[in-house]
Order: sequence, then structure tokens, then C-alpha cells
Amino acid sequence: MATLENKLEIIQPPLPPGPLKWVKENLFSGFFNTLMTIVLFPVISITLFLVLKWVFLGADWRAVTQFPMLYTVGQYPRDQIWRVGIVLSSILLFLGISWGKWGGLLRTISFTAGLVFIIMALLPVQHPQLTLGMRSYLGSNALIILVGYFIGRIKAVKDIYIVIGWLLIPFFGIVLLAGIGNSSILPSVPTTLWGGLLVTFLLAAGGIFLSFPLGVALALGRRSSLPVVSAFSTIFIEMIRGVPLVTILFMFSIILALFLPPESRIDRLVRALMAVTVFSAAYTAENVRGGLQAVPLGQIEAAKALGMGNLKTKIFIELPQALRAVLPSIVGQFISLFKDTTLVVIIGINDFLGIGRSIINSDPEFVQLRMEVYIFMALVYWVFSYFMSLASRRLEAAMGLSDTL
Amino acid sequence: MYRKYFPIIAMFMVLTIILTACGGTGTVETVIETVIVEVPAEGPPAKAEILDRVLERGKVVCGGRTDLAGFGMLDEAGNNTGFDIDFCRAVAAAVLGDPTAIEVVPLTAADRGPVLQTAEVDILSRNVTWTASRDSQWGNFTTVMFYDGQGFMIRKDSGITSTADFDGGTVCVTSGTTTEQNLSDFFRQNGMEYEAVIFEESAAVYSAYEEGRCDITTSDKSQLASVRSGFADPDAHFILDITISKEPLTPAVPHGDDTWFDIVKLVSYALINAEELGITSANVEAMKSSENINVLRLLGEEGDWGYTDLGLEPDALANAIAAVGNYGQIYDRYMGPVGISFTLPRGPNELWNNGGLIYAPPVK
Repeated sequence: MATLENKLEIIQPPLPPGPLKWVKENLFSGFFNTLMTIVLFPVISITLFLVLKWVFLGADWRAVTQFPMLYTVGQYPRDQIWRVGIVLSSILLFLGISWGKWGGLLRTISFTAGLVFIIMALLPVQHPQLTLGMRSYLGSNALIILVGYFIGRIKAVKDIYIVIGWLLIPFFGIVLLAGIGNSSILPSVPTTLWGGLLVTFLLAAGGIFLSFPLGVALALGRRSSLPVVSAFSTIFIEMIRGVPLVTILFMFSIILALFLPPESRIDRLVRALMAVTVFSAAYTAENVRGGLQAVPLGQIEAAKALGMGNLKTKIFIELPQALRAVLPSIVGQFISLFKDTTLVVIIGINDFLGIGRSIINSDPEFVQLRMEVYIFMALVYWVFSYFMSLASRRLEAAMGLSDTL
Repeated sequence: MYRKYFPIIAMFMVLTIILTACGGTGTVETVIETVIVEVPAEGPPAKAEILDRVLERGKVVCGGRTDLAGFGMLDEAGNNTGFDIDFCRAVAAAVLGDPTAIEVVPLTAADRGPVLQTAEVDILSRNVTWTASRDSQWGNFTTVMFYDGQGFMIRKDSGITSTADFDGGTVCVTSGTTTEQNLSDFFRQNGMEYEAVIFEESAAVYSAYEEGRCDITTSDKSQLASVRSGFADPDAHFILDITISKEPLTPAVPHGDDTWFDIVKLVSYALINAEELGITSANVEAMKSSENINVLRLLGEEGDWGYTDLGLEPDALANAIAAVGNYGQIYDRYMGPVGISFTLPRGPNELWNNGGLIYAPPVK
């Protein structure tokens, strides 16, 4: 016991240096560093000053602030907007429940989401679309996350319930958003009216969750000893990886419609989702295949020796190790998928970027404001991409990958 | 050791080249020209199939756009508005009695043709120029609703007053469009030199022009008028009174359903004749007791303009006019002196009896 305490003392980090010492150590530690500081400090200050001056005084943010609903949900009918709200809130509820159950990274996400909603609810500006009802909805979302947290703390809520809940949300969400036929409560909303961040998230999330199982299946198929399966998988993967995403989008958007009879027409948004999924699956497959190759043969032989069948070996021995090894590259690929969804603009789907472009071109005056709009959109994409990469780093650390790889 | 892999590497490279070649590496505009696809084996819809479909669905599906000021755009609440959209509403009002019964599918330049070929939309009302090849491949073009043409906008301080001064000028233009081609044709035919400043995105073209990178910019005249109205100082620029291309913007319908083709044409005739006869959305009810026999015929009060054969109500055209107004009202709503989007003198889009080209067969 005594030795352990001694060790703790030894590895105690030194106290953080004072600000003056920090400046000396980091900015003026040598001749060149001092010179660099003296030269760069005014340059950076002036640049920052000019940028901030432009942001707060020079820029005209009308084209951004005037259309909050267009940016978030596109043309979704305003009297049906509560359906989007319910979907968002139920996702947040499950986020809270998962946080209560599993903690860790989910806590950071929940906190950030809650904070963002509280800030939006309390924004000290007058805006016609930021009504009292809207503010209270945004604020209550933070509360919903908290409620979820306490539900998650209840012992009776088993892990499996939460997983089933997460799996059901997409179906529930799609039915709620799309509506059912001509019913009076849930009139159907055609997907041509969906837009903005709603579509961007839908395509990214749908692409990620559909392409992952497909990619794993293709990776296993490519390594299969059955020639037909492995040939099909290989051809599929190499065909898709050999062409740009734009081509695949055109293929699904235009060519597919020509081959199918008019009665069996697939919805435009679904076609885009199919293209994104297929594209992403081919890359996921190659990532996963790399992971599968990294699994030592001894593991498989050991599984066989224990009497495990082929399928069991794959599911319980090979895949877990393979996926763990390639997690960083898969997450990296999902981040690029999120950004790649912007390409659907060229097949006429008004995702976040498409709505921005529509707004710029809808009013001759806004053509001059396109810089502001693009900067705003870039910022939004950056925030989400950054959070995804932050999440992936945390996940790697949690799985003990950060040191080994 | 390495030699063993040479055939594999070579094969892979060849495969990559083939795949990328198949993959169509051109710009969006190239794709427009290359996606010329056979109509599926089922063939075009049989007679009245589109009309039946519209009636059953209770909605007219229009191919439109959401990103062109004046013609197809979004308002703050996310509704589709614009000149092209209003025509679609007029058809919906005539056929279904409800101008809001439309669904607008936003289309890009690349997919407007195939979408019409496969009859995915009922009407293509998307600022499309009627050309002979499109007419034969894409669908049936109805009636020209807007006569546009490529023109030039010039900075007043550049000293250029006519095309004679163009030689050696700098021109801002969007890349990869027919606009760029028309421009080079124009200069070549007139034996003049120019320096092109090319951008991918039209918004960038006009910003560069306004900032003074070029003396001249070129595009369709309606677009130039729209852009000019958005400039900080519109009076520092003028649009030259010359048109170097013909751009008859025309709604189109899929091949194969003559009834539907007739109906869409009739609606445009009605809107044009209504302006000629002085029927507006405001006075359409009062005009039903007019003395003028042509007015009564158009509004379905006397005689049959064809509604029994087309399966429409006698007041179908009256409904269309009541919903969106006559041709002039639609024009003025977006491009008139106090238009929502910009102001463009009607020029060729005046009625035929007023010196313009807008002319429609009589409705009787």
C-alpha cells in the first residue's frame, strides 16, 4: 500500500506554469522564436481585427438570418413542422437515455446539444420566426435530454431496450415525416418538400447506417471461398470505387428511372440515398477487409479448435477484432460521407447547400451576399464534422486504440 | 519479385482508365448532351394517361427550379413562386380547380431532359429553351411563354457604347454553357478579339463584373436585368440593345398524351387571350356577364371551347385566370415595374397587338 502511494507522488505532474512563464517558454524561448513572435503577432492581430470587423460591421447577414426554417427543414410545410420537432425530440430523448446508461462520450454530446438548445432558446434577438412557442420548444429539448438521463439511470431499463429503441427511431421518424396517404392527422409530405439540414442529416445518417452492414457483408464476401460470391463482391467494390460519386448519383437519379417501368418509380430522395449508400459501402468494405486481414490466423484456428462453426468464428472472433482495428478509418470515411452528401445538389435535391444556393439566387440582392451565406454554411459543416472527429477520437481512446495504433 | 506483379498492376491501371472513361468525367453541361437515352420499352404513356394520373393523384407534378429569381424561387415560408411556377398553378387550377395542388420537383440542367422523357413530371416549366432536338427527344413543347435572348451588360465607365467598341474587351461569362459558345461565335463572326474571364458559378461571374474585373458580361437578358437590379449602383450599368441568340422559354409535357398536351396549351392560350380581352384575376367574375362574345366563350359561359372533348369543366380556364391572373399580370408580378424580383421591360413579351411576339390562337 505504501509503495503505491509513493508511486502516485512520483507521477504527480508539475504544477502548470504561470502565464508569464508560459509566454517565455512558448513565445520567446530563443532568438528565432522571439523574432517570429514579434513579426507574426501584429500580422495575426491585424488579420483577426479585420475579420472580426467584417463579421460584425461589414458583413450583411440578412440572407442567413432571414431564413432559419429554410436552412433547417427546407420547404417542409410550416403547419406540419411539429412532426420534425417530434422526431428531433425523440432522438434527443434516446440520446439522454443512452447517456444515463452508458455515460462517457455520450455525456459530452448530450451536454453540448443541451447547451446549444438553451442558447438558441435564449438568443437575445428579435426574430419573427423565433416565437415564444419556438423558444420554449428549443428550451424543452434540453429538458428532454435531462429527462432521458434520469430514465437511463433506472436499473429496470435494460441495454437491449435502448438498442431496440435506437433501431426503431428511423422507421418511426420516416413514417412521421413522410405521413400516411391522405389521413387528416398525418397528411403525406412529398420528399420534394424536404430540404435543408433535415435532408443533409437524413442522407448522411441513412448512408452511414445502411452502408455499414452492406460494407461488412461485401468485405466478408470478397474473402469468401465461394467463387461466385467473391467475384461478385470484388467486381461490385471495384466498379463503385472506380467511378466518382457524381457519376453514381447521376446513374441512380437518371439512368435507373429509365430502366424501371413508370409504375415502380423510386422516390428521388431514396434514389440519392441508395447512391450514397452504395458508394460508401464499397469503401467501408475495403476498410473492413483490411481489418479482417489483420486478424491473426491463430485466432481463427483457435476458434475452430474450440469447435466454433464458420459463421460463429466470423461473428464472434474475426469481426470484432477487425472492426476495432479499422474504427478510425471508418469514422474518417463517415465524416467525408457527411460532406459528400452536398453533391446531391447536382441532381436537384435541396439539401443544406442546395437551400443556400436557392436563397442566394432567389433575390437579385442576395447575389452580393453569397460570401456570407457560404461562410455560414461552411461553419455549420465544420462544426458537425469536427464533432464527429472529436467523437471518433474519444471512441478510440475508450476502446484503447489511441496508443496501440 | 516485382516483375511478378507487373501484369497485375498493368491490368489494374487499364481497368481504372476504362472505368473512369465510362464514368463521364466532364462537367454537368457535358452530361446534358450525353444523356440521350432510349425511351423505355413500355413506350410513352398511352392516350390520356397523364391526365388520368393527374386526376387520380389530385396534384400536378411540375419540374421546376428553386434558384432562379423571377422564374422559380422560394419565398420565406418555403413556398415555390415565380413566373414558371405560376403557369403550373394555372394548369392545376384549370384541371383540378385548385392552384395549390402542385408539387414542384427541383430539377438541374442535367436531369430536366430525362425526367421529361420518363414522364416523371407532368409539366416541365423550368426556363427551358425550345430547340428542335429537345422537341424530338424530350417531349412536346407547348407555347412560348417568354422570349429571352442572350445580351450584353456593360459598365458605363468603360466607354463602350455599342458592339463596335467591343474589340479587345474583357468579358465575364459562366463556363461550360451555351452562353459561352454564343459569345465566342459572336466575336468570331464579327472578327473581334476578347479576353474571357470565366467562372463556374453565375453568382461569381456577376460579382467579378461588378468589382470591375470585366467591362462586359453576357447572359440571357432576363438574367442580366435581374442581376443589374441587385447591384449596389444599377445605374452604373446598362444592357445593350442587341440580342445574339434566340431563347424561347417554353413549358413542355411528356410525349404520348395528346389530351394533356392540348390542355396545357389551352391554359397558356387562355392566359394570353385573357390579357388581350382585358380579363384579370380581379374582374373574372364580373366578366362572366360581359357583352363580348369572345370573353364569354373563354370563360365557358357560351359555346364549347373544347372542354367536353378534353374532359374539363366549362369554367376551367376561368379558374386558371382567377388563380394566377392573365399573362400580363403574371409577368408584372415578378418582372413588372414593381415586380417582386426585378424590372424588365416587356419588349418581345408584349402582346402581338402591342408590338410584341406573344400571340395565342383564339379560344372558342
